[in-house]
Amino acid sequence: MLTKRIIPCLDIKDGRTVKGTNFVDLRDAGDPVELGAFYAQQGADELVFLDITATVEKRKTLSELVKRIARQINIPFTVGGGVSSIEDASVLLHNGADKVSINTAAFKNPQLIKELANEFGSQFVVLAIDTKQESDGEWYVYLNGGRTKTETKCFDWAKQAVDLGAGEILLTSMNHDGTKQGFAIDITKRLSESLAVPVIASGGGGTMEHFATIFKEGKADAALAASIFHFKEVAIPDLKRYLHEQQIEVRI
Amino acid sequence: MKTVIIKYNAGNIQSVLYALERIGVHAVVTADHEEIMAADKVIFPGVGEANSAMNSLKENNLDQIIRSLKQPVLGICVGMQLLCKYSEENDTDCIGIFEEPVKKFESDVFKIPQIGWNTLHDLKSPLMSGLAEDSYCYFVHSYYVPMNKHAIATTDYVQPYASAIHKDNFYGVQFHAEKSAAVGEQILKNFIEII
Repeated sequence: MLTKRIIPCLDIKDGRTVKGTNFVDLRDAGDPVELGAFYAQQGADELVFLDITATVEKRKTLSELVKRIARQINIPFTVGGGVSSIEDASVLLHNGADKVSINTAAFKNPQLIKELANEFGSQFVVLAIDTKQESDGEWYVYLNGGRTKTETKCFDWAKQAVDLGAGEILLTSMNHDGTKQGFAIDITKRLSESLAVPVIASGGGGTMEHFATIFKEGKADAALAASIFHFKEVAIPDLKRYLHEQQIEVRI
Repeated sequence: MKTVIIKYNAGNIQSVLYALERIGVHAVVTADHEEIMAADKVIFPGVGEANSAMNSLKENNLDQIIRSLKQPVLGICVGMQLLCKYSEENDTDCIGIFEEPVKKFESDVFKIPQIGWNTLHDLKSPLMSGLAEDSYCYFVHSYYVPMNKHAIATTDYVQPYASAIHKDNFYGVQFHAEKSAAVGEQILKNFIEII
């Protein structure tokens, strides 16, 4: 049976992981390749590398990093952060990335999704959506790392993106992100049940129970988290074992 | 021992090259007919759409070269599908080593494409040597090869289907062995060691 996926996310700046970690057993936890390899060996199903570098040197540093990751890591990985053209994506693909995630650039130019899907296949295109539930109860799309609100509803944008060729949706709830109080169940469930593509839930995972809930009740196909893995609050082997005990299909 | 990876418009060539590197195999990426024919092992990768992949092969007569090969050949993902007779993906005539057609998953319940880790069972052939039943591999695909007499691994998605096939010197795997952690590396190793 197809399993639910556990995906650690690593934020990268100037070729280094950003958030501090307390991996005393790693030689250099600031090295995304070493940290990624550690997660792969622990049983992570995929990895996401999100580049937040904002310098002109960005593309070169990132492509070199992607090549090092591809050489050493034996599970699939997605690279995101500022991908805004076919050319950006092509550099990442040819250095060994399995998927790219696109966000603001795709919202501003939805044809980018279609072009990327036509050129490289839908499996290569992960649409990342940052969404926030407002006081009217609706979930809206936010851009630029959550700084800019739009009037577009999350569900409408996700549906349009899938019609254009997005192969997966990476859904981050800004209401839940950083809270460690659990993932956004309702919007994840709505997207996952209505869309033909997998939905990766992100934001709010704090305990192993939260993962079980987002898979069982939220119908997520995958769940992504960062700091709880980086700070060893939840270890991937323990998490997988727990989910297995909860009758959730996972790769052990 | 010389291993080549066939160069055409497939998206995962680099990943296959790196995966071989990790198991200590130096492979050459080439579209050169003589170099391919002289190799001990030939890997035929594939990511993308079947019709454009087939056209890319035909432009360089690589379809005919592949058909003529006598050494072990391993098709991966779309590479496996192109070794079959025909694909429903944009009505594509393929290389035809295996007589089976490649069909599209049809379901109202399952998401298509299948993306993620799934198990292999009913393992046969030296390609699967050393693997436990229900080993996990990484899949990304919307089209599949139905169960047939050449199946050397079965996977269940929508229905049971052939996730690996073998006939004479030709092998195919639907999953991405190059991205399937230790299990994938074992399969690549097994292929390199096939005589």
